[in-house]
Amino acid sequence: MEKEKRIYADNAATTPVLPEVVEAMLPCFTELWGNPSSLHADGQAAAEKLIAARATIANVIGAAPSEIYFTSCGSESDNWAIKGAAAMAKNGRNKIITSKIEHPAVMNTCKSLEKDGFTVAYIGVDEKGILDMNELSSELDETTAIVAIMLANNEIGTIQPIKEIAKLAKEAGALMFTDAVQAVGSIKVDVKELGVDMLAFSGHKLGAPKGIGALYIKKGTRVKNLINGGAQENGKRAGTENLPYIVGLAKALEIADQKLPDMERVRAMRNRLIDGLTKIPYSKLNGDRDMRLPGNANVSFAFIEGESMLLWLDIMGISASTGSACSSKSLEPSHVLLATGLPIEMAHGSLRFSLSHMNTEDEVDRIIEVVTEVVAKLRAMSPLSAEAQNEAVYVK
Amino acid sequence: MAYSAKVMDHFTNPRNVGEIENADGVGTVGNAKCGDIMQMFIKVENNIITDVKFKTFGCGAAIATSSMATELIKGKSIDDALKLTNSAVVEALEGLPPVKVHCSVLAEEAIKSAIADYYKKQGIDKEVEMPCDCHDCACGVEH
Repeated sequence: MEKEKRIYADNAATTPVLPEVVEAMLPCFTELWGNPSSLHADGQAAAEKLIAARATIANVIGAAPSEIYFTSCGSESDNWAIKGAAAMAKNGRNKIITSKIEHPAVMNTCKSLEKDGFTVAYIGVDEKGILDMNELSSELDETTAIVAIMLANNEIGTIQPIKEIAKLAKEAGALMFTDAVQAVGSIKVDVKELGVDMLAFSGHKLGAPKGIGALYIKKGTRVKNLINGGAQENGKRAGTENLPYIVGLAKALEIADQKLPDMERVRAMRNRLIDGLTKIPYSKLNGDRDMRLPGNANVSFAFIEGESMLLWLDIMGISASTGSACSSKSLEPSHVLLATGLPIEMAHGSLRFSLSHMNTEDEVDRIIEVVTEVVAKLRAMSPLSAEAQNEAVYVK
Repeated sequence: MAYSAKVMDHFTNPRNVGEIENADGVGTVGNAKCGDIMQMFIKVENNIITDVKFKTFGCGAAIATSSMATELIKGKSIDDALKLTNSAVVEALEGLPPVKVHCSVLAEEAIKSAIADYYKKQGIDKEVEMPCDCHDCACGVEH
C-alpha cells in the first residue's frame, strides 16, 4: 500500500473552515471590533453586522430573526433548550421524552434532569435507527413537558420523522425540541415545515469555526435563561456577542444552503462508498440506506476491531471514525449501534465515514481500496473467523 | 491516539503472528464482547519456549502487547515466562495510555493460559496463577 495525499472523511466530527467564511470573518476582528451593545458608531457598525447575520440565518431555516439566539456551541444549545424548557414546564408536566440514540449533549442533559426529579423516557429505535413511533405514542401524555429527538443521528446518519413526532408532541401539549447539529447544512431544514418549538445547530459542522452555535426558539416559547448577565440576545443569553464567529456562521450557512442541490453528488459518492464497503464479506451497513444524511456511511466488519482499522486508515492517510469501545475512555461500544440491536461484537468493528462537497469520487475509490486491504490484513491475524465464530468458546 | 512509537512499531509490524500446528500449549483469553481476544501458541522443548505465535482480535494496543509479549518469552524457560508481568510488557512498549493497560493484562494472561494448557497436555500437575479472575473488560488489575 503506498501513501498518497490525505483524505478527510470525518466531516461529522468537524469541517474545515471555508475560505469565504474566513474572509467574511476577518473584518470583524480588524474593523468591526466594536461592542454591538455600545451606542457609539463603532458599536453600531458591529450591531448592524449582527442584525444582518441573524437575518441571514433566520431566512435559511425559515424562522424570524428574533427567534434566533446565538450560543457558544451545539452542546450549549442542547443544554439550554432542554434545561430551560424543563424549568418553565407547567405544573404536573415532569416527563421528558427522548431517544436511546441521542448525542451525549442531549442524553446527559436528560440524565442530569432525572437527578432533579424529572422522569425521562428513552424511546427505542428499530434496526435502521428509526424511532419507535408506537412507543413514543404510548409515552406521550399530559405529564410530558418536552419531546427531545434528534433530527439526524451523528453516527449512523438516520433521519427521524420529526414533522410527525412534533405533531404528536403538540397534540399532547408538550414542547418539541430537535438537535439538528448534524442536519443543518447537509439537508434542507425549515423550522416551520418541521413544526418544532426549538432547534439546535452548530457552526463547525458546516464550514464555520468551532465555538459558535445557535438555538431557534419559536416566538412565545417559555425557556429559562441558562447564562445570566447582560441584555444581549434579547435578554435571553448574556455575554458580549461573538461577532466574528456569528458572521462566520451566517456565511457558512448561506453557502451550505446554496450548495444543497450539490448534496445529490455527495449522496451518489456516499452510495458508491456503501456499495464498495459492503462488498467486503461479513460486513453490514448500519442505519437506513435512504433515510440518512447524504454524506454518512457507517459499516461494521465482523472479526476485527474498529480502533485498529482506524489506526491503519490513519497511517494510509484517511481520516474516519469508529463506534468501537476502544476509541473511548469508557470501553463501551457505541450506544447508538447497540440501540439498533447490532451485536456488541459487530459494534466494536464499525467505521463511520462522513463525506462533504470537498471529497471526490477518486477519494471514495481509494477509501474502498484501503479499507478492503486493512480488513483483510487484520482478519488474517484475528483468532475469529467464520468457523471459529461458530465455536464461540472465547470466554475468559 | 497517543501511542508510543514502540507501540506503533509493534502494531504495524507485529512479530510472531500466526498459529503453530501441533502446538504444545494454546491459550485463548478475552472475549469478543469486550472487544479483545488473544490466542497464543507455544512450542516447548526441554522446558524452553522455542517458538511462539499469536492471533489477536482487538485494538492497536491489544495487537502491540501480544506482539511484544511473544518477543519477551521466545527462547525463555517456562519458569521465566511465568514471571512475565503485564507491567514488564507495558515498560517494553515504552508505555500505554491508562485506558489500554488492560490489554497488557490480557497478554500476560494469554501466556499463562498457554503454559497452563502445556502443563495439562504434559500431565504436569502444576497450577498457573492468573493475574486476575474478574470479568471486567477494562481490568488493569490493581483492584
